[in-house]
Amino acid sequence: MSEEETQDRGNTIEFVSLSAGGQGFCVEITSIREIRRWSQVTALPFSEDSVLGVMNLRGAVIPIIDLASRLGLGTTEIGSRNIVVVVAIGKRIMGLLVDSVSEILSVESETIRPNPTLRRDGGTSHVTGLLPVDDIMLRVLDLDALFANEAEEAA
Amino acid sequence: MSNDTLRETFFAECEELIESLTEGLDIVASGDWDKETINAIFRAVHSIKGAAGAFGYNDLVTFTHAYETVLDLIRSDKLEISAEILRLITRSSDALAELVDTTRQEGSASLEPLADLIAELESVASAAKAESPPEPEFTFAPLAVMQIDPIELDKPAGPSGFTIRFKPHASFYLNGHEPRRYFTALEPLGELEIDCDATAVPTLDAFDFDAAYLSWTLTLTGETDEDSIRTVFSFAMGLCDLDITPLEAEDDSDAGIPDFIASTGIGLGEPEVEPVVLPVTAAKPEPAPVAAKAEPEAEKTNAPKAAKSSGNPVATTLRVDPDRVDRLINSVGELIINHAVISQKLESCGLGNDSEIMAALDDYRYLAREIQEGVMSIRAQPVKALFQRMGRVVREAGEATKKPVNFISEGEGTEIDKTILERLADPLTHMLRNSVDHGLESAEKRIAAGKPEVGIVRLSAAHRSGHVVIEVSDDGAGLNRERILAKAMEKGLVPPDAKLSEAEIDNLLFAPGFSTAESITNLSGRGVGMDVVKTTITSLGGKVGITSVPGKGSTFTISLPLTLAVLDGMIIGVGEETMVLPLSSVVETVRPSRRDIHEIGPGECVLSVRGSYVPVVDLAHLFGMRTAKTRPADRSYVLLDAGGSNIAVAVDAIQDQRQVVIKSLEGNYGTVTGIAAATILGDGKIALIIDSEALVGLVSPRRNTRALIELEA
Repeated sequence: MSEEETQDRGNTIEFVSLSAGGQGFCVEITSIREIRRWSQVTALPFSEDSVLGVMNLRGAVIPIIDLASRLGLGTTEIGSRNIVVVVAIGKRIMGLLVDSVSEILSVESETIRPNPTLRRDGGTSHVTGLLPVDDIMLRVLDLDALFANEAEEAA
Repeated sequence: MSNDTLRETFFAECEELIESLTEGLDIVASGDWDKETINAIFRAVHSIKGAAGAFGYNDLVTFTHAYETVLDLIRSDKLEISAEILRLITRSSDALAELVDTTRQEGSASLEPLADLIAELESVASAAKAESPPEPEFTFAPLAVMQIDPIELDKPAGPSGFTIRFKPHASFYLNGHEPRRYFTALEPLGELEIDCDATAVPTLDAFDFDAAYLSWTLTLTGETDEDSIRTVFSFAMGLCDLDITPLEAEDDSDAGIPDFIASTGIGLGEPEVEPVVLPVTAAKPEPAPVAAKAEPEAEKTNAPKAAKSSGNPVATTLRVDPDRVDRLINSVGELIINHAVISQKLESCGLGNDSEIMAALDDYRYLAREIQEGVMSIRAQPVKALFQRMGRVVREAGEATKKPVNFISEGEGTEIDKTILERLADPLTHMLRNSVDHGLESAEKRIAAGKPEVGIVRLSAAHRSGHVVIEVSDDGAGLNRERILAKAMEKGLVPPDAKLSEAEIDNLLFAPGFSTAESITNLSGRGVGMDVVKTTITSLGGKVGITSVPGKGSTFTISLPLTLAVLDGMIIGVGEETMVLPLSSVVETVRPSRRDIHEIGPGECVLSVRGSYVPVVDLAHLFGMRTAKTRPADRSYVLLDAGGSNIAVAVDAIQDQRQVVIKSLEGNYGTVTGIAAATILGDGKIALIIDSEALVGLVSPRRNTRALIELEA
């Protein structure tokens, strides 16, 4: 797998591959704090549909967001097999509900293909690149871009 | 330490110094002062000056210098503390505090507004100097020498010459000093005669190359003072024996001082070094070790330094980054939640309360509570510094309105959470200004009413049943209820035919958009009304009330929680969720009969409570939650006082009443309308804390806009 491709250590990026809404994504490992099982959340009033609620993470109150719903891929069916990926975006910590997390990939930066789709509104896309692994293709997810709005609100 | 941290430390020091300065001045004002009080005042100002010089805050140095000169004269009994002088030095202390504040915020400060004050200080100083015969000022020299340019210090001219006995220690040479440099530096001060004493030099066989054998006797004639000489030797402090004797020592009437100088030479010991390194608790007496060291010499020399050691004991303080304390508070909160989780798990395992492990767990709980209390108390600070600042506010207000005011503060030792303390400054400032501006009558009116000419504004703090109660009171004319009511009617805050009780009229003061000030004076009318005071206090989880007796004065009472980290809450069930209502806004809980609930429209209800109708907020409906209980009469109602108007909150269950640890939602998520924060329950789940003020806005947007419009007007 991708480990064999690793030759030039300087350009190696590590990703965690996960699936949300039936699609394959990967997120840079440096932004991931921990991966835990789904547990019941407390719903927040007046929140977006993708915000499932808040959860107690060792004394910190963190919002849990349905990644599929945020990406417009329908809502994730919540069950005990779901996984919450706790990520740090800027100074904020939040949990992303996903279907599953598969593995850690070490890839050379050259193997990431640029995202060929252009956004018509000129906004930044939250998929910064495409990463072919075996016969499937993973989307490289830019969490900062995806949650830019929240970051501004909080500031 | 970076320069910025040093600077922060400097300003923190300044705050403490100003605190002790104000304290000292209060003692002087009370008349029960001694020389040590003046010394402490002088030291405070001096330390600020010294450190300000080190940071290059020249404006601060200029002002403190003028101030210090006057204090210096008082200290050396050349200036009597008359009422006028007391006023001058008190005003200067206020100005100094402000100057430090401005410097902290803006990096520099303008002396322009203080020009008059400086001129006044200078004229007082020069007048006093002219009256008293010049005499050497030894007592201050040790403190004064180090960091500031002593040439500026216009000390009284000393005798026309000095004999300096200078014996370097071996360390003097080890540190790379050379005596000749010092002599060269002395030359500009006057005519210098140098006499070297080489008698101690042994023969070559006994000669130690690292030892110091030579000593010098220097005779310096000319118009100079001891300070200047000591400045020259400042780098050799602790590295040599240095005796400086005025040439006409035998003529000097004050025999004590030359004695002290001649017999000891301790003048250049550690104490002078102290101010440079920003003393931990500056303006308190020098740290104990130094004082102790000075003791043996002091016995025979009545050195002023040693006398201090018997004064106030040194209070040591610890500076800690508040973030660290917050983290600790968080962890302790977790510990307590963790205890609850363990205890629930154990119970579900079938272990009863009498089992050994449950007993051990009980101990665990006590310990955890104890730690929590301990950690919370770290955040607590006495209100003293704030009260002193408020004293300044009152004096300024008194001067601006030309009303003589006596400010009395009580319970300065009362401790309160630092965050609350910081946010209290603005509302208190406003209330005190109001007390002086609107509360107190003018001196003429007071005399006509048979009251003492000087009005009294009192600020007190006390702990009362888990709360801090702060009172602002004045002995003025009391509230003019007729005028308040008329004004409120004019502004449309109450209907023209309303019959209000006295308390209701008093509380109109807190209504948005209300101000009785006929004309916008310099003090009030700054766009902050009493409603803002109330909002601030409420946001801190507190309450504010008012009582007034015509002709006797008014009292504002603020009741605050001890800390912001925990909140007294009422645990309620809303749909499937558990939520928390802040107990401070809960008036009562009601279980109404069916005919007390009136549906006035789809989803709109009012509840009649003792004859008045209160709008009902259905929390489950408002927050979009499902609830099984749909019939209004099946539910419980909690009456909330939110921003002056009552609302009834319909809930599914009232579960408990307890303290909860507040967790912010803003850090990781953002603000949520109607929700103030979150907390973690015993089972580890999160409950949202409801923002009762915001609920009112959600219920009746129309009322809210009216309030907004009036605020702008």
